[in-house]
Amino acid sequence: MSLKEQLTELKEQGLTQIAEVQDLKALNDIRVNFLGKKGPITEVLRGMRNVEPAERPIIGSFANVIRDELTAAIAAKKEELEKAALAQQLAAETIDITLPGVPVKSGQPHIIAQVIDQIEKLFLSMGFQVVDGPEVEEDHYNFEMLNLPKDHPARDMQDTFYITKQLLMRTQTSPVQARTMEKHDFSKGPLKMISPGKVYRRDSDDATHSHQFHQVEGLVIDKHITMADLKGTLELVAKTVFGEEREIRLRPSYFPFTEPSCEVDVSCFKCSGKGCSVCKQTGWIEVLGAGMVHPNVLRLVGVDPEVYGGFAFGLGPDRFAMLKYGVDDIRNFYLNDLRVLQQFSQKG
Amino acid sequence: MKVSTKWLNEYVSVNDIEPQVLAEKIERTAVEIDAAGRREDGMKKIVVGHTLSVVDHPDSDHLHICQVDVGEAEPFQIVCGAPNVAADQKVIVALPNSRIADNIKIKKGKMRGVVSQGMICGLQEIGFPDSVVPKEFADGIYVLPEDAVAGEPVFGYLGMDELVLELDLTPNRADLMSMRGVAHEIAAIYGREVKLTHPELKDMSDEKIADFVDVTADETLAPTYLMRAIKDVKIAPSPMWLQNRLWNAGIRPVNNVVDVTNYILLDYGQPLHAFDYAKLAGKEIFVRLAQEGEKLITLDGEERELEPTDMVIADANGPIALAGVMGGQSTEVDDQTTTILLEAAVFNSSLVRKTARREVLHSESSARFERGINIATVKEAIDAAAALIAELSGGQVVAEMAQATFKEPEDTIVKVTLKRINDVLGTDFDAATVEKIFIDLGFGVVQTDGEFTVTVPPRRWDIKIAADLLEEVARLYGYDNLPTTLPVAEMTPGHYTDLQMMVRSARELLEAAGLSQAISYSLVSAEKAQRFLMEPTETTELVFPMTSERTTLRSNLISGLLDDLAYNTARKVENIAMYEQGKVFYKKAGEDRPREVEHVAGAMTGLFKAENWHDAKQPVDFYIAKGVVEHLLSKLGLEKGISFKASQAYPEMHPGRTADIFLGEEYIGFIGEIHPNIAQEYRLQRTYVFELDLEKMVAVKPKQEQYVPVSKFPEVKRDIALLVAEDVTNADLVDCIKANGGAYLADVEIFDVYAGDKIADGFKSLAYKLVFRNAQATLVDEDINKAVEKVIKNLQEKFAAEVR
Repeated sequence: MSLKEQLTELKEQGLTQIAEVQDLKALNDIRVNFLGKKGPITEVLRGMRNVEPAERPIIGSFANVIRDELTAAIAAKKEELEKAALAQQLAAETIDITLPGVPVKSGQPHIIAQVIDQIEKLFLSMGFQVVDGPEVEEDHYNFEMLNLPKDHPARDMQDTFYITKQLLMRTQTSPVQARTMEKHDFSKGPLKMISPGKVYRRDSDDATHSHQFHQVEGLVIDKHITMADLKGTLELVAKTVFGEEREIRLRPSYFPFTEPSCEVDVSCFKCSGKGCSVCKQTGWIEVLGAGMVHPNVLRLVGVDPEVYGGFAFGLGPDRFAMLKYGVDDIRNFYLNDLRVLQQFSQKG
Repeated sequence: MKVSTKWLNEYVSVNDIEPQVLAEKIERTAVEIDAAGRREDGMKKIVVGHTLSVVDHPDSDHLHICQVDVGEAEPFQIVCGAPNVAADQKVIVALPNSRIADNIKIKKGKMRGVVSQGMICGLQEIGFPDSVVPKEFADGIYVLPEDAVAGEPVFGYLGMDELVLELDLTPNRADLMSMRGVAHEIAAIYGREVKLTHPELKDMSDEKIADFVDVTADETLAPTYLMRAIKDVKIAPSPMWLQNRLWNAGIRPVNNVVDVTNYILLDYGQPLHAFDYAKLAGKEIFVRLAQEGEKLITLDGEERELEPTDMVIADANGPIALAGVMGGQSTEVDDQTTTILLEAAVFNSSLVRKTARREVLHSESSARFERGINIATVKEAIDAAAALIAELSGGQVVAEMAQATFKEPEDTIVKVTLKRINDVLGTDFDAATVEKIFIDLGFGVVQTDGEFTVTVPPRRWDIKIAADLLEEVARLYGYDNLPTTLPVAEMTPGHYTDLQMMVRSARELLEAAGLSQAISYSLVSAEKAQRFLMEPTETTELVFPMTSERTTLRSNLISGLLDDLAYNTARKVENIAMYEQGKVFYKKAGEDRPREVEHVAGAMTGLFKAENWHDAKQPVDFYIAKGVVEHLLSKLGLEKGISFKASQAYPEMHPGRTADIFLGEEYIGFIGEIHPNIAQEYRLQRTYVFELDLEKMVAVKPKQEQYVPVSKFPEVKRDIALLVAEDVTNADLVDCIKANGGAYLADVEIFDVYAGDKIADGFKSLAYKLVFRNAQATLVDEDINKAVEKVIKNLQEKFAAEVR
């Protein structure tokens, strides 16, 4: 056999073996076998000295072609085998993706805090301050400064926990407004504030009464504030808390610290006004009280009611939460039953 | 105030208005309507029956068999158990298949073997509350007047077909506590005429009131005090029309004198009282304050010990009535009464209120005096009452009126400008619109150059200032018709204060750490208030608590959280992590007012992480709680100065598992396991708590974070394991390592703690990872080795530590 024939046969043998090989190690053996320094191609080329010098370059380049062909075939096979191995590995790694995820430990805000946060955010965005005040309050600020002198019949409406003759558990967060108005420098601009917080009434606890509950009261005092502004602001509150499609209705009412005064109903969010058990078939649900600040209140804090005026409103986050989430017993809020609280974990 | 629209229609026409429309209109314009309906609603087939014969049931000791004419061809046989059923009565019969109160259906049936075709009813069975049923019919059937026609529905006879609106009055609308006041309001709402009748007194006796009584009153107690006498009265039940009006308004008919006083009270809003003249001691009547030790038995049979703030009506022997609140038993009108002394007055409202509240005696009369009555119609009301009593009782009114005091009623003048109205309401009214509203209200009005001078009659005593007129204009125009805008004012920034920010951040951080927010009661028992104290304090207590559980303001938040944990574990929710943010109240001895401090506290029990298919369970322990606190403080930018020091200062805490927390030198709170005794009291497993003073924390301003270039050179880590005596603390070792680790020691992390079988008793093993870092150059092994050697040498010297 000529050298050329030998080389051709070696190539055939090599390609056949490469095609048949099944694993990477065997493939590597083939590579070492055929292409190594002690491999058959090198061996065959040793016979070159017997070849005519003129043919030597031809044989040499033929051998190189064969070497390249085998190298390429090995590389292609290697890639093929590696792909198959990876596919096999991935198949083996398949998991049951229907098993549950590992729970992320996280706590949540109380329902009432969620309602207050929502209202705070709305008013902060409108440039209101959030003002806190003492829960143990003076009779002076809780009542007298709000146009509720000692003998006022409206004091009947609020039975009060007293600590001394002059000190009491605040029955509303409006004393914070009186304190803030007293300090506010109106030459530096309007007063726009809300005061959220706990309040206390001398009530027996039952499904709809709690001796402790929350209020958010709001106040705007400036030179040109109208009752129409009050309506617009309250409509915004109702829509923010109870949904964009809500409407409000105002009814006359009485609060010693406002005149005119009104109570505000929101169209029933359960039946949209058709009448259901939530709204007691009226289509409306009472949600807050409001009015234009009484001139006496302004005078008492040293503000001239001829120049300044404004509106005030008060709402109950507990009541809001009960209505919004359909909670039927206010005591649920203060017993902190996790089975209740954890029902309300959605982020707005 | 319960308003029958049939009665109302006599004063202002409302019959053409649909009831729902009227109710809705009143709600939107004046006051809330609590209920609107007819007593007959839901009832049917209840008719007048005529008992033809009544015989005893042979098999019963109390049942009667009655043959009753119900307007059918044949009488119905009805078995009746009422003791007062008798032959020849007109009675209320619920026929077979009728519906009576509470939606109860009456069927034909048998009672002890005798067929009964329906039921003879008492008033309670057809929807009358006990409080309005005349006493004589309280325990039996009701007997209708003789002229009732058998077979006709009873509803018309009993006023059950009248629409009654129940107004829920606000304190300022005392004018609506009378039919006449309501008539004025409805007239104003609808722009209609009010037609009121006025009494005419005739056939007066020759005798004069002075022959009967002499009255004296203090002006400050009773600005108006009037009396009339009616003689030769014959006490009897009132006619049906009057009884109907009373019970439809929620008042029990008594007799033709008392009923008239109540009727006038409803009509005019003027409380009246009738005394039996014969029972008076002497001929003089005084309105005065009670004297110490005086007593009075009121009409309800209660003996009341009077106080010097109680106003009384007295005769020669002492008090005979609590002025404006309730009459006395000794001068009560009864069946034998022949001469009546009728009182009409205006009493000091705050004194009436004081007495009514103290005695818990809220009568129709006191309710009106407390809120204020129409002082313009006192005389008219007493005349109307006298005339009606004379008419119904066959008596004669004694000439003239006794007058101890009399306050001349005066109109109130209030001015308001059109500009002011439009400025405050945000409206664009013209003068004519506003003027019409005042006229509809029955006010006098004169307008000059945009200023209204409004004359308000005494019946609307609630209107005193311009703002009150604004409300009248706004509500009659309709609150719903006002425009809707948002305030236009100078811009103001809306932002939280530093403390508010910290409070809110703390809440979010604790929630992120797995704790849920609780809001517990601020009022707790005195015992719970005084536990877990971060500083010594007196208690702040209520004067009149409702229960012994809620007497004292809390001085800690942990007590409330433990209540919450106990409540949940008792309901099988056993893995709990909760926090509360709120105020605690500290009080110094001798001071009344407590200091209010914002705290945050947490409590954890059971498993911090429950076991699942993927992970092992993780029970709560001290270090998990400490991790939460460290996370909170670190995220608030306060971790730099924080230290924990073992403490045995809290009797409610585990003495070996509690630490005080310091921020720099400042004590800011504590953390630890609650004492087993407390855990047992609350029936809790091991429970870990912490409480922090947020106000002390906010006082420390964390430094603004600054960028530090990330080192280009690799860090080097070395581990050392140490065997030390049990009482050597981690903090001791870390401090020593840090002090001797050299300039490149960047971090020391503990990664293992072991005590047990493989180690001698009284010893433990701690393993630390020391991290060395140099931002300027690659660290050289030799330097690190030197540093570690120095650390080890010092640990050996100071703690006899053995390197393992």
